[in-house]
Amino acid sequence: MTEVIAAPSPLGAPPPDNILLDVRNLKTYFKVLDGVVPAVDGVSFSLERGKSIGIVGESGSGKSVSALTMMRLLDIPPAEIRDGEIWFDGREILHMPMEEMRKIRGNDMAMIFQEPLTSLNPVFTVGDQIAEQVERHKKVKRKAAWDRAIESLQLVGIPSPERRVKQYPHELSGGMRQRVMIAMALSCEPKLLIADEPTTALDVTIQAQILELLKTIQDRTDSALMLITHDLGVVAEMVDNVIVMYAGQVVEQGTVDEVLVNPRAPYTMGLLESIPTVEKRGGRLSAIKGTVPNPFNMPPACRFEPRCPYAWNLCAETAPDLYPAGPHGQHARCHLHTPAGAPRLPEALADHERKLNVGHGIS
Amino acid sequence: MESSTTPVRPDGPPPATPEVVVEGGADVTEMDPLEIARVGAGKTLLQVRGLKKHFPIVGGLLRRQIGTVYAVDGVDFDVNSGETFALVGESGCGKTTLGRSVLRLIEPTAGQITFAGRDISHISADELRPLRRKMQIIFQDPFGSLNPRMPVSDLIGEGLLAQGMKDRKARDKKVEDSLELVGLRREYTRRYPHEFSGGQRQRIGIARALALGPDIVVCDEPVSALDVSIQSQVLNLLLDLRRDLNLTYIFISHNLSVVQYFSDRVGVMYLGRIAELGSVEQLYKDPRHPYTVALLSAIPDPNPRKRKKRLVLKGDVPSPAAPPAGCRFHTRCWLREKLGNPERCVTEEPQLRNFGGGHQTACHFAEEISADTVSSAVETQSVLETAVADPV
Repeated sequence: MTEVIAAPSPLGAPPPDNILLDVRNLKTYFKVLDGVVPAVDGVSFSLERGKSIGIVGESGSGKSVSALTMMRLLDIPPAEIRDGEIWFDGREILHMPMEEMRKIRGNDMAMIFQEPLTSLNPVFTVGDQIAEQVERHKKVKRKAAWDRAIESLQLVGIPSPERRVKQYPHELSGGMRQRVMIAMALSCEPKLLIADEPTTALDVTIQAQILELLKTIQDRTDSALMLITHDLGVVAEMVDNVIVMYAGQVVEQGTVDEVLVNPRAPYTMGLLESIPTVEKRGGRLSAIKGTVPNPFNMPPACRFEPRCPYAWNLCAETAPDLYPAGPHGQHARCHLHTPAGAPRLPEALADHERKLNVGHGIS
Repeated sequence: MESSTTPVRPDGPPPATPEVVVEGGADVTEMDPLEIARVGAGKTLLQVRGLKKHFPIVGGLLRRQIGTVYAVDGVDFDVNSGETFALVGESGCGKTTLGRSVLRLIEPTAGQITFAGRDISHISADELRPLRRKMQIIFQDPFGSLNPRMPVSDLIGEGLLAQGMKDRKARDKKVEDSLELVGLRREYTRRYPHEFSGGQRQRIGIARALALGPDIVVCDEPVSALDVSIQSQVLNLLLDLRRDLNLTYIFISHNLSVVQYFSDRVGVMYLGRIAELGSVEQLYKDPRHPYTVALLSAIPDPNPRKRKKRLVLKGDVPSPAAPPAGCRFHTRCWLREKLGNPERCVTEEPQLRNFGGGHQTACHFAEEISADTVSSAVETQSVLETAVADPV
């Protein structure tokens, strides 16, 4: 991993103290043989201490790459940080030396991955793996670290933790492994917990267990939560704020109550419309036409324009910014929320409302 | 699989002629000398009785059988012509094994399968082959289920060839028609799987199943691997095809929202058995099995204003190699706990009982389930105690 990224000069001012994480205009590109993939292309958001944020998007939208960039876990090259700053707990972390970053990672900032089996080391016991990072970060003796591991397992509801710490990952079920991952992440009392699709690989009833567990832990500890998922249902239940990503960009952001109930970006509208519900039985689902754009050949202006039911000529000519689109700080990347698009907005919203509630066409 | 040099069996289908006119794109009756009476809509098309599939576990130096996985362990259900029958359950409940056993893609251990009035549970491979075109399957994984070395023409054409359509031109025409049917371009026949997106690959899988003009299609998690926006496109396609081609689906899924939208009747499976069976309305409005109640409660609702407290089941699904005695669900059952752990759940295996209108439930205490019992169970549960100690 190449460690040095030339720091932009000068860095911006640090955010106010209540902001734990402030991501500013982050651009992570991948340089590959066929060209350059703008995986994350100008993403900005912030997260208050103790609060939660969800990042939603389909595969390839850039949500996982954003998190990995934040953790400084990407290989550079092929990844390339084109621009941006990330302020975490009062310090800029995107350009700090890797030794400094290692002190933060796993300590103040911890991550839960999607695949618990591949993220745990098969040749060490669960206790060894948790104790190792406690020892390193908290500078405590082995015995104290080991006790800490048992405590963390207890915190995530694993029965008889003093025996479980001596087990290897293969001796545990999928749900138990995910609990171990969470215990490991929590063992150093992080200020920020990043969960990347934490329940996607799990069965429905186990997913329910893990989601309830994450909620309880968030209530009991002061850590902030960043939840990355493609499941709008999981987001609706778990977080305060949400950002919706499409083709490397944020297309909508706001509180979950606003974004998932009154979506203002056509992409979010389309996602919600396409969810099968009982009301739509007997009719066809409303589907977003086409597929996500080829990352080597993004649409020149609005990236959603080729699939958008409300697009007009402006959308193919000028790229939209994130415009204010509702109360409580809701923003949408769509020309409908500019003076030029205003006359078209009521019709688009009415159309969304109609598609949301009934299936259309006779089946 | 027959090669083109194999002589035509006297009783086999005659080679198709290039002039075959295809209507609707998926009708191969022209090459179908077989007498399978088309079952009228609403009549029983497929009947399954006492179906079991046990897999041996072999181990030790001598590779002796040291155990048995009871993947499907005594399942009865009917599928009516023209309906979508869903099988739901968690991984390891046997839904996929059941779907494949019904088509005899894996040999059932015991039980009877009747398709269009004909017992197919013991007929020979030769007798089965012509029936295969009436029973097709769509697989979950659009990446693993298409041979990366085969162009689309072969991927779809292989089945046609096996069914005796030896004329290359006729086969290619049929392949193109099938592609068109699922919304892909006719020119795609020369392309290979890697040239397609996940959604397009799933369409190829569907085209492959439909090329033979089946009556019944087993859809094994057809949209689970797809993104939300693509999922709805594929579900719409399946709905359109069902209507246009009078198809009957067995829809295997773990996603209860999709099942509720897509199917007519549902069988909820747990550890190789059907726990509850009924119409979508019956099951989703008035679930009578504590497992169904918990599954429904576990669905995350995308409307944040409908946030609810959910009923969380304890522990994991036990191993199908050692299913619990009595009721298989008793180790995780919230209702049993609520009722003071009655002995009957451990000693006696519940059978499916009728609750009217085809609604059946395998629970001794199904009458005890009400909105009150559910909400009091939700109130008293402890989220941190949901991990259950299996033997360390």
